[in-house]
Amino acid sequence: MQTLRYLLRKEFLQVFRDRMMVTQLLLMPIIQLLLLGNAATFEVKTSRMYVVDRDHSETSRGLIDRMQASRRFNVVGASPSMDVANDWMLRRKTDVILSIPADLERDIVRTRNGAIQLVLNAEDGAAAGVTQSYAAQIIGAYANELGAELMPKVSGHPIEVRARGWYNPDLDYRDYMVPGILVQLVTVVGTLMAAMNIVREKELGTLDQLSVTPLSQSTFMAAKLIPFWVIALVELTLGLLVARFVFHVPMLGSIALVFGAAAVYLIAALGIGLFISTLVDTQQQAMFVTFFIIMVYLLMSGLFTPVRSMPDWAQWMAQFNPVKHFIEIMRAVLLKGATPRDVARPIGILAVFGVVALTLAIREYGRRIG
Amino acid sequence: MTAAAQINGFAIDAQNLTRRFGSFIAVDHITFDVKTGEVFGFLGANGAGKTTAIKMLVGLLAPSEGVAHVAGFDVHSQREQIRRNIGYMSQRFSLYADLTVRENIRLYGGIYGLPPAHIEERTKLMLDTLGLATNADDLVGKLPLGWKQKLAFSVALLHEPKIVFLDEPTGGVDPITRRQFWELIYAAAARGTTVFVTTHYMDEAEYCDRISIMVDGKIAALGTPTELKERFGADSVDDVFVRLARGAKKGEAA
Repeated sequence: MQTLRYLLRKEFLQVFRDRMMVTQLLLMPIIQLLLLGNAATFEVKTSRMYVVDRDHSETSRGLIDRMQASRRFNVVGASPSMDVANDWMLRRKTDVILSIPADLERDIVRTRNGAIQLVLNAEDGAAAGVTQSYAAQIIGAYANELGAELMPKVSGHPIEVRARGWYNPDLDYRDYMVPGILVQLVTVVGTLMAAMNIVREKELGTLDQLSVTPLSQSTFMAAKLIPFWVIALVELTLGLLVARFVFHVPMLGSIALVFGAAAVYLIAALGIGLFISTLVDTQQQAMFVTFFIIMVYLLMSGLFTPVRSMPDWAQWMAQFNPVKHFIEIMRAVLLKGATPRDVARPIGILAVFGVVALTLAIREYGRRIG
Repeated sequence: MTAAAQINGFAIDAQNLTRRFGSFIAVDHITFDVKTGEVFGFLGANGAGKTTAIKMLVGLLAPSEGVAHVAGFDVHSQREQIRRNIGYMSQRFSLYADLTVRENIRLYGGIYGLPPAHIEERTKLMLDTLGLATNADDLVGKLPLGWKQKLAFSVALLHEPKIVFLDEPTGGVDPITRRQFWELIYAAAARGTTVFVTTHYMDEAEYCDRISIMVDGKIAALGTPTELKERFGADSVDDVFVRLARGAKKGEAA
């Protein structure tokens, strides 16, 4: 225990003596959170709309007016020709084509039913999905006004738009994204710091020196884990403050629960970093391996693309992704006010991860030094 | 040979100690012993296997074959006990460059479990002996190489180990500092510490009680400097070394 105190003092001294490191640890994540929190959103501000109105009726003009008035759409061109419209789409001069068939008004008057067509540029599937939903909303409201059914028929261009169940027009994307980005930052910084640390001592030769002392493997690993664990929790605190006071992310659940889950999660994240550090021989290797793993973890975590829309094998793999579990916990607790009971399972999984990663790191370190 | 050596026997004994890396045999069945309190010079060209041998003795590498005891403990099964009883100064400078002199000493004192008051006291004594009192709060990385080496040696002795292993401690250091370094080695030996030192400066070999010369992973000669000079009809250890090394297959050519 006393030995651990001396080692911790050494680790903290080394971290805080390196001014670049302190900046990287505390300032950069906050800047990134501010940047990404504002930039990374699924929201589509205004889409350019081309109108092909073959009806030229009171009803069709009413629909176009409402599209324009919503500010979600900006009508950039109109003609009766679908060919011209397609040409605009191909040349990326418009994002969406609203095609109103002749006889729309007549059909509505007679049958209280009408069909209109939306053509979307779905190169960016997520954006197209959002645009479609905005349009559907406006069309729906207009149909209500008319006391009729208006069925928008949607086709993607150049590919078909698939229906996306995740879209929820009431959800503020920022609330959804910020907790996830926060997890990403804490993960990258924590894992990378841990991964670079032991191998750095290997490169310098100080690890050999420590290895000939009676220092035990678990004390050594604890001395490596604890400082980064504390720093990452401080970072999380700063991030949560930014989330709360800059982005006004609701925090419905218990903050203590957030920290409890983070405490467990960080043991897993740092444990993986320390394991990498014991495996590799240079800091460069450590960096590459860590980035590879973190990239896969992040892209498959549900931060940007929902896990449920991944193929089965990917969903199965996601169960072994600690980042995914922690993002779920963060979103559930902050946005939905989940209780400890609700998130007990993912926290349990993270705990298992932590134990496994640390055990592997200690064993590998032990194997290396004999 | 000192009186203490005769009474206590061996600090190190190795029989057929061998280390292979794949098909390459870095250390090839070496057998030798080091008497307690002795300054034992472990000589050889670069690549002759000195560092590999020392790493097996301090527990950084597992031997492929053979047995060895350090301070009475088995290198295969009792590394923990060995670590408590040895000091080690590697070829590469291995104090923390981003910690101050005082912080480095305190760290190693703590790792060896010395009481804080004891660490304080040893620190003061060490700094006075080394003439580093005014540099106690300087970062170690900023010190000149010679001072770093002397400091590293003193830190290796902080916990008063029975045996200290020095792997080329004077590499790259000027002659005056080398001289001062050897004074430190003698002082430690006078306090009863066994010193196991590798070097390729042959003049330093003359300062040792006994020396062994390694060629191609094997011990080619072992004895006091005087014995070896007589046996090979040479004027100096350097001469002995050159004669032995001439037959080497690897080593300096590598």
